[in-house]
Amino acid sequence: MASDFSGFLPAAPVIRIGDDGRPFIAGSRCSNCGNTFPGERMACSACCRRDTIEAVRLGTKGKLYNYTIVHRSYPGVKVPFVAAIVDLDEGGSLRGTLLEAEPDPAKLPPDMPVDVVFRDTGQTGPEGKPFVSYFFVPAQPAQAQGEA
Amino acid sequence: MSEDVYIVGIDMTPFGRYPNRTTAQLGAEAALLALDDAGLTIQDMQALYCGNQLQAFMMIGQQILHEIGETGIPVVNTANACASGGTAFREGYFAVKGGMYDLVLAVGVEQMGRGLLGAAGRGDGFIEEGVIGSMTTPAMFSQIGMEHHRKYGTTFEQFAKIAVKNHHHSTFNPKAMSRRETPLEEVMASEMISYPNTKLMCSINVDGAAAAIIASEKKVKELGLMGRAIRVRASQMTSTPFTPRQDAITDFNLTTRNAANAAYEQAGVGPQDVQLIELHDCFATAEMVHYENLGICGEGEAGMMVDTGATAMGGRIPVNLSGGLLSKGHPLGATGIANLYEISLHLRGEAGARQVENAKIGLTHVVGGMTGLGTACVVHVLEKA
Repeated sequence: MASDFSGFLPAAPVIRIGDDGRPFIAGSRCSNCGNTFPGERMACSACCRRDTIEAVRLGTKGKLYNYTIVHRSYPGVKVPFVAAIVDLDEGGSLRGTLLEAEPDPAKLPPDMPVDVVFRDTGQTGPEGKPFVSYFFVPAQPAQAQGEA
Repeated sequence: MSEDVYIVGIDMTPFGRYPNRTTAQLGAEAALLALDDAGLTIQDMQALYCGNQLQAFMMIGQQILHEIGETGIPVVNTANACASGGTAFREGYFAVKGGMYDLVLAVGVEQMGRGLLGAAGRGDGFIEEGVIGSMTTPAMFSQIGMEHHRKYGTTFEQFAKIAVKNHHHSTFNPKAMSRRETPLEEVMASEMISYPNTKLMCSINVDGAAAAIIASEKKVKELGLMGRAIRVRASQMTSTPFTPRQDAITDFNLTTRNAANAAYEQAGVGPQDVQLIELHDCFATAEMVHYENLGICGEGEAGMMVDTGATAMGGRIPVNLSGGLLSKGHPLGATGIANLYEISLHLRGEAGARQVENAKIGLTHVVGGMTGLGTACVVHVLEKA
């Protein structure tokens, strides 16, 4: 799978595409209270300090905190899918769609390790540019990782 | 210490579908019902507070006065998601409590579409739904239920029993949209919307309105209305408190706990003093978590509370005797005042077949919010005057 997403549109404001074409999730970390958030903040949501927020790239390893299996959604949206909440190992939590996992409560154990991956969404925006988004997939064993 | 504030008139339209009525007409109907309940007229009202969410830019309060009398009083229109009606009532309470007015009207009203709230599309054409998780309200509240499952092992069946209970309660409420028993097997076998909430565990999108007349103690005495008056012992509101996962999962727990704790403190009562509750059961999973959030059971005990029937009619602390949002229906802006209406009925001894004997103190709770936006919670404690 290609990892160069130059020319793609980010599907959400927290998604950024680096100069090397590799997407990442932009986040903020507060050096005062230690909280990490996706996206940007004018001040820390937790401790309200203005001078202790630094821009960070959120990590791509995490654990499944929680989920629901969506069986009915808006017209045209393919169901079922797993709407997941993932706690990132390096801080911050994200909501997103868990792919490559069976939508069955018996097969979605709490704290299941997941990877954050970036893929073409199959949707295009103005001028036909494709949207790239992040997704969650069950974590691959470390030696099998060939790409980000 | 300022004087107490009272409800002297309160009523609601039956909740249902009114495709041939305007939102203003529905709100006006509820306003007139509440005025009649108090024996007052719109000319007695010094201000109007109108809760409405989906037409927040339409000056619904002014439109209501266009229907029932344009007296030129101040009108404040409030939009605060599913807490819009509770917010409107609280604004009226504040104005009277602060001594600005002696008699004000609060109206909550909504006309709803059918099916899922919201839509999938975005300004730039991208459809987030299914790609970046889900933005549907059932998904949001199902995740909250699954969090409870993760922590305490709460089961699909226990969540489903809440729908069985509230639908049973609704058979005693002629103003509920749906008044039908739903056996456990039927609830669990109905269409899965977002696990673990099936269709019968989701509130119904309906139209409706509710209204209340809020009065100062001086005015209640002057008008001789203390006999059926309801004392507002507490009125509290909170917004999104910081939670570490707030960008991923909308918090309805801490926001409710903060409002409830403040309300108990203001009222000088504890959860053990409350005899009945109308809480925000927009989904069966929501009712489950709010037992603990409102302090009527210990952490992790909500499932057991459902199993033992403690929150059912005749139980230790009946919850949602009106049938709740699950069967009464959930016209967003009206819900906050409709909940006050149900508690007031019991405190007045006018709740008919579902009456809680010797009810003295009741609590109402509404909480609204959306993923990525924030939350609003309003809690009131009411007492028989």
